[in-house]
Amino acid sequence: MSPAAHDPLNNTVDDPTRPNALILGDNDFTSLTVKVSDIVLERKTPRAWYVAFTVTAGLTGVLFLMIGYLFIKGVGVWGLNNPVSWGWAIVNFVFWVGIGHAGTLISAILFLLRQKWRTSINRFAEAMTIFAVICAGIFPAIHVGRIWVVYWLFPLPNYQAMWPNFRSPLLWDVFAVGTYATVSLLFWYTGMVPDLATLRDRARGRMQQIIYGILAVGWRGSHRHWHRYEKAYLILAGLATPLVLSVHSVVSFDFATAQIPGWHTTIFPPYFVAGAVFSGFAMVGTLLIPARQWFGLKEFITLHHLENMNKIILATGSMVGFAYATEFFIAWYSGNPNESFAFVNRAFGPYSWAYWIMVSCNVITPQLFWIKKVRTTVPVMWAMYIFVNIGMWFERFVITVTSLHRDFLPSSWGYYDPTVVDILTFVGSFGLFFTLVLLFIRFLPMVAMAEVKTVMPIADAHSGERRAVGDYHGDIPAASPEGGGA
Amino acid sequence: MAADTQISGLYGLLTEFESPSVLVQAAAQVRDAGYRNWDVHTPFPIHGMDEAMGIRGTQLPFVVLAGGLIGLGLATLMQWWMNAVDYPFVISGKPLFGIPANIPVMFELTVLFSAFAAFFGMWGLNGMPKWHHPLFANRRFLRATQDRFFIVIEARDPRFRLHETSAFLASLGGSEVEEVKESAED
Repeated sequence: MSPAAHDPLNNTVDDPTRPNALILGDNDFTSLTVKVSDIVLERKTPRAWYVAFTVTAGLTGVLFLMIGYLFIKGVGVWGLNNPVSWGWAIVNFVFWVGIGHAGTLISAILFLLRQKWRTSINRFAEAMTIFAVICAGIFPAIHVGRIWVVYWLFPLPNYQAMWPNFRSPLLWDVFAVGTYATVSLLFWYTGMVPDLATLRDRARGRMQQIIYGILAVGWRGSHRHWHRYEKAYLILAGLATPLVLSVHSVVSFDFATAQIPGWHTTIFPPYFVAGAVFSGFAMVGTLLIPARQWFGLKEFITLHHLENMNKIILATGSMVGFAYATEFFIAWYSGNPNESFAFVNRAFGPYSWAYWIMVSCNVITPQLFWIKKVRTTVPVMWAMYIFVNIGMWFERFVITVTSLHRDFLPSSWGYYDPTVVDILTFVGSFGLFFTLVLLFIRFLPMVAMAEVKTVMPIADAHSGERRAVGDYHGDIPAASPEGGGA
Repeated sequence: MAADTQISGLYGLLTEFESPSVLVQAAAQVRDAGYRNWDVHTPFPIHGMDEAMGIRGTQLPFVVLAGGLIGLGLATLMQWWMNAVDYPFVISGKPLFGIPANIPVMFELTVLFSAFAAFFGMWGLNGMPKWHHPLFANRRFLRATQDRFFIVIEARDPRFRLHETSAFLASLGGSEVEEVKESAED
């Protein structure tokens, strides 16, 4: 046996003669179904879940209280001033919408690239996408000032016979984020229907049977249905791929089409997308590690999955670091004094503390993932994810605030501090996010059972005779107990 | 309709398999026997089953293409009519209607309508939602979404003859053949 034999849950050993199994333990279709669906159907809700839910629901309450306060008093309750007219609301919006990108990358892009390891984590990551986009959507909606005319964002007929300005990136944002939320939801739900049918068929409570039954729309595993279903899934993945790249590009246009030094750069779209994926993977990992621990899913969400995610974090983190360097280079090379000043001011001006938090979290942290030990040690990688989360929030803070507080006219320079309302609103948005995550893990299947079954070696009806691109399991002689069925 | 040998109230015959590889061979035999109203029920999509069942392509991509074109057309018309016709105003010296500034919304609505077409088109072509089906009354069939594989030949198939079809299904290597009733009472 390979060295992996010492730890049955370690499938990160590099042995080219024996590809690492994606699913560990002595699992077959039955045990996978039971283990995943029992979390929802049979297992008693852990006491810790109630404790966590109470806390997060309380924070969600704080979020809505703060929003209510904002509506009554106006945006003056935030720390905005002139010249810093975009503060935490925009920072939080970009932060949350970026987090969503990892889910779509895992569910759509890795699907098109036939990365089979995605099947264990895609459901969870997609759920996280939707919850993050919900949190993101709140901020631009509440920051408009005159909340009672927020519908002006949409092309709706109104008493002034007035239409939105489609030549503005802020309006593109409405369409980009709206489309992204809708398509992500359709994609997530489509992927979940076969698993909802599994829950329906395993449920013993009448209420569960009815609710999961309604959600499963009568799915019965017909291959004539699977045929169209797979086509639809492929098409949705194909649509979601350019969509996810467009969303953060459009978000970056909000900045890049302005003339403020530090915003007005062509590097923004790819730089924002890389940063979004980087931060999103960190957030997926932040949630996935406790979930696999507490719900006994280590055989399905294996160390190999986590290591792969860490490699993506390393790649996208390096892109982000490279983008920071490029920005500085262009600021100097362009010979534009305003641009040079903006960047020197970022690193050494009043907000240098934020800049260096950003650099140490986003540039240094991911580089540690070159070390295999770091990549495969769970507590260490979890700490890395936290640093990345912090760093990526600060990146948006640095971009938004440092560019605004020193614009072209020194007489209008200022300094921005958040107020308690700013801080509590942001903390409250985490409450909403975690509340939705907790509800998801309690009531919906966390692992895409039907999809994981397709990558189990016994699922291959053509063992040894035919294999899809990237399918390196089909013809490997039984390396593990689940090999070679039928 | 094959009325003569048919028991009234019979939906079809069902047999169960434990592994996908036997199932694919069995499905190919059903196809070769000339049945039309039959299906395979599996917990996950089995690769190679399309050929084994003789399923031809779906029209779904054309539905999606139509959806995408409608989205693109709508986005173009909407932006042109709203900003250049019904409520024209010049901002930042930009033209009232120009492709570059209107591309993002065109793209987003193309994707949105394509996704709607893929989603609703797929469920529509699959005849869903359909919350009631004779197979749901069968206890064994509950495992079709979990860990078992089924072949079902419907009684309305022109070639369906209760005894012959039953014997044929039994020869495929699955478990005991079972009758599925039309009404859910049983």
